[in-house]
Amino acid sequence: MSSPILEMRSITKTFPGVKALQDVTLEVASGEIHAICGENGAGKSTLMKVLSGVYPHGSYTGEILFDGEEVRFGSINDSEDKGIVIIHQELALVPYLSIAENIFLGNERRRGGLIDWNQTNADAAELMAQVGLDELPVTPVGALGVGKQQLVEIAKALSKKVRLLILDEPTAALNDSDSEHLLGLLRDLKARGITSIMISHKLNEIASIADSTTIIRDGQTIEKLDMRSGEVTQDRIIRGMVGRDLEHRYPEHEATLGAEVLRVEDWTVYHPTEPGRVVVDKANLTVRAGEIVGIAGLMGAGRTELAMSIFGRSYGSKATGKVFLHGKEISTKTVSEAISHGLAYATEDRKKYGLNLIEDVRSNISAASLGKLSKGGWVNGNEEIQVAEGYRKSMNIKTSTVMALTGKLSGGNQQKVVLSKWIYTDPEVLILDEPTRGIDVGAKYEIYTIINALADAGKAVILISSELPEVLGICDRIYTLAFGRITGQVDRAGATQESLMELMTQEKEPVR
Amino acid sequence: MTAVAGLKEIFTKNLRTSGIYIAFVAIIGLFTVLTDGMLLSPGNLTNIVLQYSYILILAIGMVIVIIGGHIDLSVGSVVALTGATSAIIVIKHGQPWWVGILAALAVGLVVGAWQGFWVAYIGIPAFIVTLAGMLLFRGMTLQVLDNISLSPFPAEYQKVAGGFLNGFLGGNGFDVFTLVIAAIALVGFAVSQFRTRQGRIHYKQAVEAMPLFVLRLVLVSAVVMAFAYQLSKSRGLPIVLIILGVLIMIYTIVTTKTVFGRHVYAIGGNLSAAQLSGVKVKQVNFWIFVNMGFLSAVAGVVYSSRSNGAQPSAGNMFELDAIAAAFIGGASTTGGVGRVTGAMVGALIMAVMTNGMSIMGIDQSVQQMVKGLVLLLAVAFDIFNKRRAGAGR
Repeated sequence: MSSPILEMRSITKTFPGVKALQDVTLEVASGEIHAICGENGAGKSTLMKVLSGVYPHGSYTGEILFDGEEVRFGSINDSEDKGIVIIHQELALVPYLSIAENIFLGNERRRGGLIDWNQTNADAAELMAQVGLDELPVTPVGALGVGKQQLVEIAKALSKKVRLLILDEPTAALNDSDSEHLLGLLRDLKARGITSIMISHKLNEIASIADSTTIIRDGQTIEKLDMRSGEVTQDRIIRGMVGRDLEHRYPEHEATLGAEVLRVEDWTVYHPTEPGRVVVDKANLTVRAGEIVGIAGLMGAGRTELAMSIFGRSYGSKATGKVFLHGKEISTKTVSEAISHGLAYATEDRKKYGLNLIEDVRSNISAASLGKLSKGGWVNGNEEIQVAEGYRKSMNIKTSTVMALTGKLSGGNQQKVVLSKWIYTDPEVLILDEPTRGIDVGAKYEIYTIINALADAGKAVILISSELPEVLGICDRIYTLAFGRITGQVDRAGATQESLMELMTQEKEPVR
Repeated sequence: MTAVAGLKEIFTKNLRTSGIYIAFVAIIGLFTVLTDGMLLSPGNLTNIVLQYSYILILAIGMVIVIIGGHIDLSVGSVVALTGATSAIIVIKHGQPWWVGILAALAVGLVVGAWQGFWVAYIGIPAFIVTLAGMLLFRGMTLQVLDNISLSPFPAEYQKVAGGFLNGFLGGNGFDVFTLVIAAIALVGFAVSQFRTRQGRIHYKQAVEAMPLFVLRLVLVSAVVMAFAYQLSKSRGLPIVLIILGVLIMIYTIVTTKTVFGRHVYAIGGNLSAAQLSGVKVKQVNFWIFVNMGFLSAVAGVVYSSRSNGAQPSAGNMFELDAIAAAFIGGASTTGGVGRVTGAMVGALIMAVMTNGMSIMGIDQSVQQMVKGLVLLLAVAFDIFNKRRAGAGR
């Protein structure tokens, strides 16, 4: 085995209240393709940010050795100087500039202070040939598909004399042939001596391309697998990713199921800016009264897109399919229509989509039901305060007064405000998107208790989550979503983390 | 240690809202000294009210626009256009004064609907729509006026901005009627404040201590009565002050106690969250601009009445005074934050500064520079505040 190009030793990184990485070790051999696997939130991206200098030296503990020497990166520029380039899932290209301009952005080919366009385009053409991008260097990047944009990013990395290339979910948004091309390119780069680290959820890809795999779970390195022997199966990786026992982290709950409340038929959602790209493909699902239904899927599977498009077409350029409430078809074309039919959607990104952080708790709770608190356009301020006070007590929102700004609350309490807001709309169907993301264990338990209470009150609850223990811990029935398709439906009793993860990473139509 | 921290918290928490009042008092104090008391003389106070009322009216609409996360650059041109409309109908065509006023208000509403349509339903940023409106409505004003001024208005029309209510109850050297109206307004204010406090107590909310509450009422009453006394020693109660008072009252209620007002704050504070809460964002944005058009028309009537005619260049740069007033009054450049009362104090700060410097005989050029710097510092203060709040989290 060749000497390691990169060693990360005992990396620990804490955010206020959360230990994102704990004593993580990563060793990457020179010239290999190294895969990193783990559930969402396991700490993969944080680790890569530590490596690339996004989190500068001093904000974490532990040491990084590159080529056997300790390195201390103060910024992303420092790591790029060493030849470490990271390509994020969200591509960082300027759509209105040409391919050539994007490749040399910040690194312009110039002569005497002026840009040498001939040199720029000629060099770009050469790099593009290396990555197999068959376009003119002057084509604007915005005119390219995602797959080709990814190649531009790689060409850009090559222009910086890259030695270690980090790709975060490179094939998540690509179709099969583009993915195939990209993986082939990684093999070419490997032949040229460029080391790659690839974060991916697609286990079959990892099995076919990676030389070794490091598995991270809950901010800790679990194991490093040597893939070259060909003995490591996808099941083996899955076991590493999820292998943790369910302790008493979930309140006991016995469901009493009623009649069907919500039924969604053939729901198809198109990408908002790329016409023709299907994000959710013919999804079918039902929820009964008193039932907690889980939608399990990895990031990019289309979970949020499914929920938001049902909730007032808040995502996507177009959505087709039918929504039935109590067996009657309803229109959910606008958010207010959806709310009036008794739908509620608590977002996964509460700071961006859920709360007005510069307003107080009181007006956030009433935001979706001001109609109930007003007569002829006049808000009854005192009743509003009383309602908010009621939720502060019943939901145990830790704030001395409901007049406090929501921006000042902790994540768990902010989430309780979001839940209060939707519970106050008195919905029949509650869609909870990652309701426990970024909140501590104690608050999580409280939120699970609230969800159970909602189900007991006869609400139909849909819980979107990528944390399998959570899904198994509180859902009665689980749909798995992978790459925009519903790949399976299992009862809690019959499900294991392994079987779910298999369905969640399944790319083609289910075989069984 | 904790006591100090608590005090500090109270101070910093309220700095944003109370800072503006402290600044206002300081500026009045400064110019009172610099002008040897001229600033607060009966005649000058009356003058300030008459001279700046239309800026205050514009600032009411502007602060709502800014809370919603927009801007309106066209209000000066709309003031000119609505004033011109009224002048043509009353002066040229000899219609009664109230027909002119109604026509001006109608034009203001149409203008607002036009701009609201482009902002809300087509989705063009308000900056562009109202910049276009600034040119468009100024051009229309020039056209309908044929590039010349129209004057004079009949006496009734002039009274809107130049008239006074006085003498109904006599008084020796001062007008009792003015004082009685001020006292009635104060009693109304005190009662509503007390009822709010009682409501809060009933719902077990934190309220300020009774002595503090009384002290605040006494202070407000003293200031208002002193102001009214000075007015009463001059020409009595300006009609435009009544108009302004009613508008401030209505719009304070609209912004704080109506669904519409709450939706404006929600949109400005977090557009996506508002949308996902079922707020009809387009409708709200549309009405924000219709309202701005209406208030611009009110300001247009007041201005044309005060200047006793319509001029092609009327209302030039008013938008900047109104925008400055809103920002000095604590509105946030990113929307979601602001108060009508704050904007009023902001406008009064500008008014007192301009008036004080004029009394001192300071050149126009210097006045402009000072006003520019004050606006810059006020917004810098806001951004500094926000950064600190963000860092503290």
